[in-house]
Amino acid sequence: MHGWTGKILHLDLTKGTHWVEEPPPEFYEEWIGGKGMAGAYLRDRITLPWDSPEMPLLFLTGPLVGTPSPTAGRWTVASRSPLTGTVCDTSVGGRFGFELKRAGWDGIVVTGKAKDLVGIVVRDDRVEIASAREMEGWETSRVFSAFPPKKGSTAAVGPAAERGVLFAAICTDHHHFSGRGGLGLVMGAKNLKYVHLEGSGKVSLADPGAVAEASRQIYRLAATAPILMGEFGITNFGTQAVFDLMESRRMMPTDNFRQTWFEAARKVNAWSFHQKYDPKKDGCAACRIRCKMVAKDGRSLPEFESLNHFTALLRNADMEAAVEANRVCNETGMDTISAGAVLACYQEVTGKKLSPEEIPALLEDMGYARGEGAELALGAERFAKKRGKPGAAMTVKGLELPAYDPRGAYGMALGYAVSTRGGCHLRAYPISHEILRKPVQTDRFSFAGKARIVKISEDINAAVDSLTACKFLFFAASLEEFAKAFEGVTGLPATAQDLMRAGERFYYHERMMNWWNGFTGEDDDLPERFFKEPGTGGDGIEIEPIDRAEFLKARAAYFKVRGLDPNGIPTREKCRELGLEWKDS
Amino acid sequence: MPGAGTRVERLVRKYTDKLISQGLCSEEAPPLMGGLDADLVWNREDPDQAVLEKVVQGLNINTILLASPAEPYRSILDYLASRVEGGEGTIQPEDSETRTFLHDIPVTRRLDPDRIVAALKRRKNVVVPGKGIVTFGIVSPEQAFIHFSSVCFACFVKFFSDYREDHRKGRVVPAQREAFEKGKAFYGKLIENALAHPLPPEGPYETKEEVLDAMIRTGKATVECGMVDSFFGNISYLLGDTIFISQTTSSLDELQGCIDACPVDGSSTVAITASSEFSVHKEVLTQSGKRAILHGHPRFSVIVSMICDEEDCEFRGRCFTHCPKERFAGDVPIVPGEAGRGPRCISTTLPPPLKKHRAAIVYGHGLFCTGKVGYREAFENLVRIEADNFHRYMEMVGES
Repeated sequence: MHGWTGKILHLDLTKGTHWVEEPPPEFYEEWIGGKGMAGAYLRDRITLPWDSPEMPLLFLTGPLVGTPSPTAGRWTVASRSPLTGTVCDTSVGGRFGFELKRAGWDGIVVTGKAKDLVGIVVRDDRVEIASAREMEGWETSRVFSAFPPKKGSTAAVGPAAERGVLFAAICTDHHHFSGRGGLGLVMGAKNLKYVHLEGSGKVSLADPGAVAEASRQIYRLAATAPILMGEFGITNFGTQAVFDLMESRRMMPTDNFRQTWFEAARKVNAWSFHQKYDPKKDGCAACRIRCKMVAKDGRSLPEFESLNHFTALLRNADMEAAVEANRVCNETGMDTISAGAVLACYQEVTGKKLSPEEIPALLEDMGYARGEGAELALGAERFAKKRGKPGAAMTVKGLELPAYDPRGAYGMALGYAVSTRGGCHLRAYPISHEILRKPVQTDRFSFAGKARIVKISEDINAAVDSLTACKFLFFAASLEEFAKAFEGVTGLPATAQDLMRAGERFYYHERMMNWWNGFTGEDDDLPERFFKEPGTGGDGIEIEPIDRAEFLKARAAYFKVRGLDPNGIPTREKCRELGLEWKDS
Repeated sequence: MPGAGTRVERLVRKYTDKLISQGLCSEEAPPLMGGLDADLVWNREDPDQAVLEKVVQGLNINTILLASPAEPYRSILDYLASRVEGGEGTIQPEDSETRTFLHDIPVTRRLDPDRIVAALKRRKNVVVPGKGIVTFGIVSPEQAFIHFSSVCFACFVKFFSDYREDHRKGRVVPAQREAFEKGKAFYGKLIENALAHPLPPEGPYETKEEVLDAMIRTGKATVECGMVDSFFGNISYLLGDTIFISQTTSSLDELQGCIDACPVDGSSTVAITASSEFSVHKEVLTQSGKRAILHGHPRFSVIVSMICDEEDCEFRGRCFTHCPKERFAGDVPIVPGEAGRGPRCISTTLPPPLKKHRAAIVYGHGLFCTGKVGYREAFENLVRIEADNFHRYMEMVGES
């Protein structure tokens, strides 16, 4: 077998044991890796409570990881989300995936619950479950400092995961995060503080020449995309590059989504951050784009979503407050999008405007689940409901929305609503065509045609997250080029459409797992605000409330295109067509 | 397609109409396009619909297009396809658009759904000799239009590049000669019309409104006179401390609402939706005193830029990035360079000659023209340089 190592490491933290699974080639061909493979390990246990010791926590790579294929240094964390109850996977950068593959593993499956806090150390085929009792309460950078710098890779949780924050994150190598859905809390529930990896092997390639040629083609395309490699692209400004665009398109979530334009946006844009912090670039293993921006003092600059949520969403025009807010989240181990959205919800519910000093302070309380922060640690939906103002929670399926106002991009509106992990922009990623004009522009104020576009994009992105490649490159390249890389790496014939078909199967599988946990089409909805209140128009752009009837029509079309019944529930027939094993709810 | 229809239907109609209005298809053999959201809609009834419906079932797409290109593309395509051994294989153009976006163009002998699906699973287009081109879109019918026009462009460039080589080696065959005659007559007429086309407004343009109006009108004129297929090319203008530039993937004939205003001091990143060649435009406009740039892909400028008889050159096969020679087409420099930023990219290779000369050609890619105050000069340069390159080529192959 080429590309894959052929080995999955299983650890049972209750027993303190581990064993090696060697799945047959057919398993790999069926599930590929990352997101797809997560489904294979989760389906039989997804109805367990997220904190059941038997609920697996998965660290998975894909076949391209550790190879010269572009941006293939990513990996996947997956389990059931404590925040939403949905199936949840996150694509993460850094070196972790690279080291895992070089250590000879395609993935790690963690079950059980250790009696005391532990860490997992994997050095090639040597596996150790080590005591981490002394690390209790440690913030993430302190955990990283326990390992030799620039040797291997470490994923760790901070105090948030030990204190029950429902959106606790897993932090990797200082600057890379598994944020969404609270998978850090699953790690915390297993009493697992960190996973440290060191690998020294190589990944076998079926046809190195073909991989090199595919890489050339992919990078040539990347060079043509201003959003990637342009003077103002994310290679130079990180994902903050998108910030000005959201402002100019009047779809910048502001004041807890009560407005869509922030008058002080230009004071806190990417250029302003560069002027003030003069950051250096960081990135995933073997990536030429390198989208992470790190200030001279070592603090990560907020990424676009975090930047918006620590500035416009809170009506905060203080850059340092945003950088500090970001640092607190990274140190305590919290998802920045959820944390920022919870603060915005808090401001609306209480009517208090947080000062620049109060923002990081309240976040720290949240991360340590103390004082008022303990209530906020439950997420916006639970907090707003508890305070009797459920309409102030800007969530879908309990997951706080990211930084694109859906009134300014209707594909995004539909994408948020039907996403299997809740309010997420990355499943369908409609910003690509609605805003960034890639591969071509679509009408952002229309639902027409969006049902199929959202479905196809979800299929593509599910394939990308299974390979496990970087979605940013798909602003330029497509699965056509990545299929060539896949063939070169694995030696298995594959086309773009084959990979999309696999992506369709994985996404439908997730839809099934959510159904088993009680989710139906009724849950595929947006907060009422977006149908009732307009955004902030200007510069000739009107931001109207979304027409609910049109939204419901598009949602019904999506159910049809996706092969669900009119209630958004999976069907036996579609299941059979996709080769998935049927199971009743 | 009854009534005004849904937006999907309107888009299908728009792009099938555009294929005809741009001369890529003819009214006698109109394109057949199907668009899907929840359901599949067609622009017209056609016996080939049944085959395409099967193709749609085999692919995860939202648009399918089958169209026979108008002359001379049809003859050119059929000739190139006839050269593919056994009738099944690929056409391999070497212009930069093809190398970057299409990679190669598969050919299959019959309009058979299984063969079409197999080809389109791998590539964006497939050529079926006698029937035309089958292609698709994943996001919009516009993609199918772009793929189709890209094949026409790439095959035109390849055909005339090959013809010149075959002529030089005395191996032109009758079918090739026949397609050549059609291409020559077609392009001769096109050049004649382009030279007679009304010129864009004279600059300088002093307000934002004047700039946008001039850009929109010049973009349209460039497409109307065939100097570029609508998807290709870009245009920019410097007004004060702002560069106005067409957005990436915008069509030059539809620039309304597709022009970004980018501050020269870099204080905003809105240029991430601007043309990928923004850096070139910025450097030239801010450092040369010129105010307008117009970039198109006129075919004979592209073809002439790729003609080089130094067969034993160590950079053969890498000319588009590595050519070390100082080359000219008349007084217009030809430079190597790929899209993007870096030492072998046009962000490095193109600005120096473009600041100095009225225009420059990027090897295998296209022609950039400047105007000191406005688009009249840039447009005239574009058309005249292309006309010169057309005649230059014809002389090379012994035609007057």
